[in-house]
Amino acid sequence: MQVPSHFEYERAADVEQVLALLARYGPEARVVAGGHSLLPMMKLRLAAPDALIDINDVSELSYIRVERDELLIGTLVRHAELLDSPVAAEHFPIFREAERVIADPLVRNRGTVGGSLCQADPSEDLSAAFAAVRASAVIRNAEGSRTVPLREFHVGPYETVVGDGELLTEFRVPIKPGGSSAYEKVGRRAGDWALAAAGAAIWLDGGNVADVGIGLTAVGAAHFVAAEAEEYLRGRPADDESFAQAGRIAAEHCRPTADQRGPVDYKRHLAGELTTRALRRAAERART
Amino acid sequence: MTETPQHHGFGSMRRKEDARFIRGRGTFVDDIKLPGMLHGAILHSPHAHARILSVDTGAAEAHPKVKAVITGEVLAAMGLAWMPTLSGDVQAVLATDKVRFQGQEVAFVIAEDHYSARDAIELINVEYDALPVVSDARTAMDEEAPVIRDDLEGRTDNHIFDWEAGDRARTDEVFAGADVVLSQDMLYPRVHPAPLETCGIVADMDKVTGKLTVWATTQAPHAHRTLYALVTGLPEHKIRVISPDIGGGFGNKVGIYPGYVCSIVGSIVTGKPVKWMEDRSENLMTTSFARDYHMSGSIAATRDGKVLGVRVTTLADHGAFNGTAQPTKFPAGFFHVFTGSYDMQAAHCEVTGVYTNKAPGGVAYACSFRITEAVYLVERLIDLLAAELDVDPAELRLKNLLQPEQFPYTCATGWEYDSGDYATTLRLALDMAGYDALRKEQAEKRARGELMGIGISFFTEAVGAGPRKHMDIMGLGMADGAELRVHPTGKAVLRISVQSQGQGHETTFAQIVAEELGIPADDVEVVHGDTDQTPFGLGTYGSRSTPVSGAATAVVTRKVRERARLVAGAMLEADPGDLEWDAGRWFVRGDRTSGVTIQQIAMAAHGDLELPEGVEGHLDATTVYNPPNLTFPYGAYICVVDVDAGTGKVSVQRFIAVDDCGVRINPMIVEGQVHGGLADGIGMALMQVMAFDEQGNHLGASFMDYLLPTSMECPSWELGATVTPSPHHPLGAKGVGESATVGSPAAVVNAVVDALKPYGVRHADMPLTPANVWRTIQGSPFRTDLAIT
Amino acid sequence: MKITVTVNGQDHERDVEPRLLLVHFLRDDLGLTGTHWGCDTSNCGVCAVWLDDVPVKSCTVLAVMADGKTVRTVEDLERDGELDPVQKGFSECHGLQCGFCTPGMLMTSRWLLDTNPDPSDEEIRVAISGQLCRCTGYENIVRSVRWAAEHPAVQNTSEPDVTV
Repeated sequence: MQVPSHFEYERAADVEQVLALLARYGPEARVVAGGHSLLPMMKLRLAAPDALIDINDVSELSYIRVERDELLIGTLVRHAELLDSPVAAEHFPIFREAERVIADPLVRNRGTVGGSLCQADPSEDLSAAFAAVRASAVIRNAEGSRTVPLREFHVGPYETVVGDGELLTEFRVPIKPGGSSAYEKVGRRAGDWALAAAGAAIWLDGGNVADVGIGLTAVGAAHFVAAEAEEYLRGRPADDESFAQAGRIAAEHCRPTADQRGPVDYKRHLAGELTTRALRRAAERART
Repeated sequence: MTETPQHHGFGSMRRKEDARFIRGRGTFVDDIKLPGMLHGAILHSPHAHARILSVDTGAAEAHPKVKAVITGEVLAAMGLAWMPTLSGDVQAVLATDKVRFQGQEVAFVIAEDHYSARDAIELINVEYDALPVVSDARTAMDEEAPVIRDDLEGRTDNHIFDWEAGDRARTDEVFAGADVVLSQDMLYPRVHPAPLETCGIVADMDKVTGKLTVWATTQAPHAHRTLYALVTGLPEHKIRVISPDIGGGFGNKVGIYPGYVCSIVGSIVTGKPVKWMEDRSENLMTTSFARDYHMSGSIAATRDGKVLGVRVTTLADHGAFNGTAQPTKFPAGFFHVFTGSYDMQAAHCEVTGVYTNKAPGGVAYACSFRITEAVYLVERLIDLLAAELDVDPAELRLKNLLQPEQFPYTCATGWEYDSGDYATTLRLALDMAGYDALRKEQAEKRARGELMGIGISFFTEAVGAGPRKHMDIMGLGMADGAELRVHPTGKAVLRISVQSQGQGHETTFAQIVAEELGIPADDVEVVHGDTDQTPFGLGTYGSRSTPVSGAATAVVTRKVRERARLVAGAMLEADPGDLEWDAGRWFVRGDRTSGVTIQQIAMAAHGDLELPEGVEGHLDATTVYNPPNLTFPYGAYICVVDVDAGTGKVSVQRFIAVDDCGVRINPMIVEGQVHGGLADGIGMALMQVMAFDEQGNHLGASFMDYLLPTSMECPSWELGATVTPSPHHPLGAKGVGESATVGSPAAVVNAVVDALKPYGVRHADMPLTPANVWRTIQGSPFRTDLAIT
Repeated sequence: MKITVTVNGQDHERDVEPRLLLVHFLRDDLGLTGTHWGCDTSNCGVCAVWLDDVPVKSCTVLAVMADGKTVRTVEDLERDGELDPVQKGFSECHGLQCGFCTPGMLMTSRWLLDTNPDPSDEEIRVAISGQLCRCTGYENIVRSVRWAAEHPAVQNTSEPDVTV
């Protein structure tokens, strides 16, 4: 079995201690929670941090609750917890649908929401889901905290705005009435990474689209967002024709790359197809 | 007295071996821990083809926990840099001159612990000079292709062999006179058996006694012992190979791998036991792959659907060393059983084997020596013919299946099929499926624009290698020994040469003794997997355990029974010829009250009874079983799929499998074997593939990229059975371990192609991933064995 | 570094490297070889154990992360000589062949039944979907878990018997 190389290990009890340890160990330290992205990379020796700062005991980061008009999700929430959260599902069915197809139950028991976002894999599902619902991320540092829209969170593949000495602590999702959401993913098999996936959140105004968010993963969409398709849809009738066109626009503007999961034309097609399907289902839900 | 049941020992019975596994108390190779044991790790080549300029092991050797670093140069000095393969070629143990595939073994580090060994391989510095690569078998024979095996004297190309079977002229004649001739290129891509336990070894050379003890993940411990003796020069009686519990084999654990040889050398060099276990990438990148057959098949038929002949030319990718594991006289394995289950006049096949810059292997993964490829070929051709003639594929099969009265049947390529009642089996499958209703449902769905497919595969297997006159591996005839000891109290110990990797030998073989000797299966201990404890035999693969060792067990038990007859005669003061056997007792004919039980006989045979002529004492017996022929299990499989045209995603809705493997010793175990093989079929047809890019990079080197089916892709299997005994097997049994793996991929592919009929699709190569299906619908499928671009 | 892990109800104190994986800690340091490993990438699930009462893949947890936590492995399923119903179910329904994935399957099955005593076949399939089995095609595993659900308190572990 492949095994990681040496590193130092520290366990933090609270956010303050995490920040202190990050300051002490410097940029070659990595925060670890579930470890389901980082540890496999370390075993394959694609990552070799000097130190790991374990935040599993930082229970203050483990919550899902509604405060005022926002759904708040602590970054230490395990995938299984988000999957099973009635409050998250009530406001955003997209989370349950996305979580259901992320890895497998055992990985979901351990892997965390924050860890997935910080890994910033270009095929990661929650990035698309959070982008669709226009979440924002709260990042703590020695000076205090800052809030970054999810749509500005990713800098590139495997890169985020979380800087040295910083800790991602929370996601905030604005709750607005009149909407719903859905997630559509195609993998080659259960537990597979997405060949493509689309998340849609839609708010209706009568028969028209009042607002919409479309997240795409695994297809090279900038910031995991189908911005042009969103733009097209706003104010249009919430019908199959609009959704099909939005799908076409999403397909046109994404930039997938070929790999063994599929060629570019297929992934582009899938981006459109899944966008249309997610929109259709989200709208159906919003109507009821 | 109640009526004796027909079978005393056969029937579904919980497995004896479960007791340890459900408690986590199995003993797998990696569970073995010896005092002072060291740990090995291998450095692999990142290049698919490169000259080695230098290997610098200084830093690794300086690692405080490293005990030794072995390179190709070190082995060369011992004459061990190369080892013979099972196909008469040689394979590098550690590379000396060149590396010839990505992942090839370059150096072996031995350290105090596993983690340090892994650290130290990172410290070895190898300088390579990259060479052009042959990653596509179809270019291997191009004039400009680099010569991969320049180590072989006089080599100027990458050609390994040409081989043919059947009658070319007669086949040409039949094709020339046919109303319909259809041809199709099809690829059976490179896949890997990927047992969940990877390959590994603990080698322990005792310098005082001169004895080498090897615990290894081997499906063929006796053959390994002989090969180790031949490779290392150690005397064979000083080698003991133990195959403990094995976490699945599927043909992956037949061959001898460089890591094994390095560990043995490492133990000799360090004087300590050395353990080496592959990691998953090593398993997928270096140990025996399966298939990689590029086939061009044709079928000839009359206009009314009578099949006249088939022919095929095949390009076989054998990788960088010809190491396929099959009987010596069969370089393409049993691929020439490709006439399948059908009566036809002529057939011909040609196979050309070539070297490429990929790992060696080819015969593995429950393929019954390439019958997987053969069945896939003929079952695709039959479906193509059905589509062309616009007849139902079930009907076309029924029209052409061999009839019961044709058995024993000698097929156009010379195999003698032992027994079969094919139409009955297919009809049962059709009934179970509700075939007519399914076709109706399909028509309704098609009318709604939905894609549903129904695929049939009817396979005939040829398993139980084999008659030693025709079949050997490296000169070792494929006959199996068996020994049966009956203790004074009538409890028995059976020693067999085959080795279970999950097939349940400890139960099934005890049941054979129970059946034949009339004692409870619980009174029989089955010893296997230890060359010091068991008679010689060729091992478990090719579905050969029941056909060969099962027969050996029946024969040796009958020998014991006959010896018991003599003893019983003395006990009863009767002529042994006047005795009758029934359910564990010999009694004087006509007087059932007069008998003695096998337990009483056993005690008497060990006691002071004056023994009759021909019995020296005890009841123990040994035998060697040389099968007169292979056994020919068969089956009818029906797969039902839905295809999402918008995404290309295939979902298997139902899978009906009716197997006929002759007499079933333990039907529960038989069904379990079938279940596993059906999942293999889903995996191969829909997701499993090892593709390579132009640089020879392996694109499926982890379980993230080489996908195996989960519980979610597998339907609830619907199984049925017919029983047509083998006329030449002492129990009427046939092998079954590989039937479903052999038969099921074609059913899945036929179902998907059937679903795509509205798009005019005739064929699509495996695996039918969403991308591949979608592209097939678009009319632009891609090569599944190459990098997707 | 020094850690104390409660494994199967017993505290184990060991000095380990931070990089030591929990699966190796269990197998090599504690000799609990019932837990296996089968890949490097958290895909196969043969290493499943409970960490603080939920099944996880122990190849993707550091031993140091289990410091102060509880771990349960297959060796703890049988208690006072009484097999857990899932153990019986796997034997009754032929839910195992080579036995390599079995310990992980058993641990997940026990967890499933603790949280959902009467799961549907689909729920069973979902629960084990991150654990590969190469032998059974999963069907008999599903049946085994169903059997365990239907026999929550079977007392008798009878010896194997023949049914013709």
